Amino acid sequence: MKYSLSALVENKPGVLNRVVSLFRRRNFNIDSLTVGRTEDPELSRMTILLEGTQAEAYKVEKTLLKLPNVVHVEHLHGKPIVIRDLALIKIRVDAKTRPEVMQLCNIFRARIVDVAKNSVIAEVTGPEDKIESFLNLIRDIGVIEMVRTGIVAMERGEHGLAPVNEYTRTVARTARTVV
Amino acid sequence: MKLTGAEILWESLIREGVDVVFGYPGGAILPAYDAMTKYPQIRHVLVRHEQGAAHMADGYARATGKVGVAIATSGPGATNLVTGIATAMLDSSPVVFITGQVATSVIGTDAFQEVDITGITLPITKHNYLVTDVDELAYTIREAFHIARSGRPGPVLIDLPKDVQAAETEFIYPEGPIRLPNERPLLGATEAQLEQVSEFLRASRRPLILAGHGILLSEAEEELRRFVERTGIPVALTLLGKGAMPESHALCLGMMGMHGEAHVNLAIQEADLLIALGMRFDDRVTGDLKTYSPRSRKIHVDIDASEINKNVLVDVGIVGDLKQVLTQFLAVAEQLDTREWIQTIRGWEEDQRSRDIYNMPDDGKLYAAHVIRDLWKYTGGDCIVVTDVGQHQMWEAQYFLHDRPRTLITSGGLGTMGFGLPAAVGAALGRPGEEVWAIVGDGGFQMTLHELATAVEQRVPIRIAVINNNFLGMVRQWQEFFYENRYSASMMNTPDFRKLAEAYGIPSMKITRRDQMKESVEFARQYDSLPVVLEYAVEKCDIVYPMVPAGAALHNMIRRPIRVTAGKED
Repeated sequence: MKYSLSALVENKPGVLNRVVSLFRRRNFNIDSLTVGRTEDPELSRMTILLEGTQAEAYKVEKTLLKLPNVVHVEHLHGKPIVIRDLALIKIRVDAKTRPEVMQLCNIFRARIVDVAKNSVIAEVTGPEDKIESFLNLIRDIGVIEMVRTGIVAMERGEHGLAPVNEYTRTVARTARTVV
Repeated sequence: MKLTGAEILWESLIREGVDVVFGYPGGAILPAYDAMTKYPQIRHVLVRHEQGAAHMADGYARATGKVGVAIATSGPGATNLVTGIATAMLDSSPVVFITGQVATSVIGTDAFQEVDITGITLPITKHNYLVTDVDELAYTIREAFHIARSGRPGPVLIDLPKDVQAAETEFIYPEGPIRLPNERPLLGATEAQLEQVSEFLRASRRPLILAGHGILLSEAEEELRRFVERTGIPVALTLLGKGAMPESHALCLGMMGMHGEAHVNLAIQEADLLIALGMRFDDRVTGDLKTYSPRSRKIHVDIDASEINKNVLVDVGIVGDLKQVLTQFLAVAEQLDTREWIQTIRGWEEDQRSRDIYNMPDDGKLYAAHVIRDLWKYTGGDCIVVTDVGQHQMWEAQYFLHDRPRTLITSGGLGTMGFGLPAAVGAALGRPGEEVWAIVGDGGFQMTLHELATAVEQRVPIRIAVINNNFLGMVRQWQEFFYENRYSASMMNTPDFRKLAEAYGIPSMKITRRDQMKESVEFARQYDSLPVVLEYAVEKCDIVYPMVPAGAALHNMIRRPIRVTAGKED
């Protein structure tokens, strides 16, 4: 079973290293980990995808929260979420296969972001399985290289990460001064 | 007022209540050592190896409940701390480590004595810092002490580049409470959980409390005793939980686990309710998890949420401070009828006693178990004991009874040989009015015996009992049980410990017969400002019984054969 978690962490050097080191030493089986900026410059947001049991997903949460730099962790499992992965795929083409590639790109709403004499780069965005399907079709034509961002996820609806949102952010801002 | 980073370090330590630091100078920490001369209120203990400083700060922290501080230079100074940091981490001991670092301008260039100590210690510290801006130093120290002592305590390292120590800034110490991003209020048991606990208690006929280090860290001994006396539930202790409940108490059964008392392990296996308080179901405590206490419902209280359901799945997991949670438990606790259950356990204990080395006729040999039991008897038992790691450590746990908290200091989680002597120096400096015994094996003693020089220099009156069997006894025991007596590298020659002591100016005595035991304690007690070395030349091939082989079910113990003859308690 796949489980996804969102984590808010302090936007500071070394925090990613701490998180990754923790996963390694606790033997957590992480499928994908992405990290990026958020609306708040003080915070980064991680999306963690793991293959395992629900108990393991809770272990990941509880263990993450032992790091002083981790502000909040939330399980996305069972919630309505938007989940996205982005892939850049460089495909080998010739005059014969180019139209087929273009057509597949159209169907998958992938964008051609680079065209050369014997290759194109397709940018495809969506849930993981959509990218996998596109890749399966394109593989026979000839994939030169591929890079993926890993998944990012967000709960649908009006509220942001957790009802403790404001509380945790206030803490993050004030923590480095005395409260 | 403008101060240098080095001065800010000492000013901040003083504000955190530090009065003694254990350390060793070197290039990158020289500015801090230079500034130290302006702060005579801080006692600096010069060790002979940085590992000694780490264990001393750890021993100090465990004996006092305060944060211990160790200081070292960059590179090899910092890496020599590593074993001590990991030891503190595994046993949740609050220690702040200060290391010098090369100047920020050369970090990352493999400069002389440069090592990435924050990278190295990332997995063995609760948190660590590389301070690159002197303006952040005071706050970082404040936060480091907060992290070390709050929640589940642990070691924190601050890496301090040489130029940051020399840089100047306005010194303002952030007083007042600190709350970190990951900190949540500790709520204790919910109403629903308390109801479950109370229902479990009422339904139980064979309840058992497993008390661990958390009781001591939370200073909840009084609450535990009241809960035990109100309910009548017997208590089993983990190794680090010794002292959580007076061992002379009628409801205290003794230690559990690999070398726990047989009746305690049987009680765990037969219990219908386990109440685990501040312990973490370590593999040395549970044996095989699949067969662990199969018929019991389980309640687990710990301050660290990640410990709940980590090794053993429980029915009620409560995250909180034990002082608070036990107070909640007291409100719902009622007297249970545990007489029959306790009788059953005492029955098992009778069988244990019949096998005990204590109740066998004397065969004239000096057994380590006797040495430790007699040390308990002749000292009156009311002293702090610091052990090393191995057979003597387990015999200490079995035969030296502790009635007060923080009177047994031992490396449980990491099992660090070489811990005993330096930790005893730290403990003695933290609790100057107390009698401190270091009980060490000949193997572990030789790992850190250079700290004898520190003990003499600091005039620390520790009594060092070297249990000498010319063997790595525990290794030899495993080789006997599991490797068909192939004593691969477990035999060792030891130096003449009396001559060694003499070289350091330390009084010493060698004990070879049991009738010298009383005299040896009296001999040690003559000295109140010098360490004493007592070498007990004990029976070479002795075994710690009972033993649960690693990975075996807890009730499958190797028991002491009844035919063995030895001494008798009078």
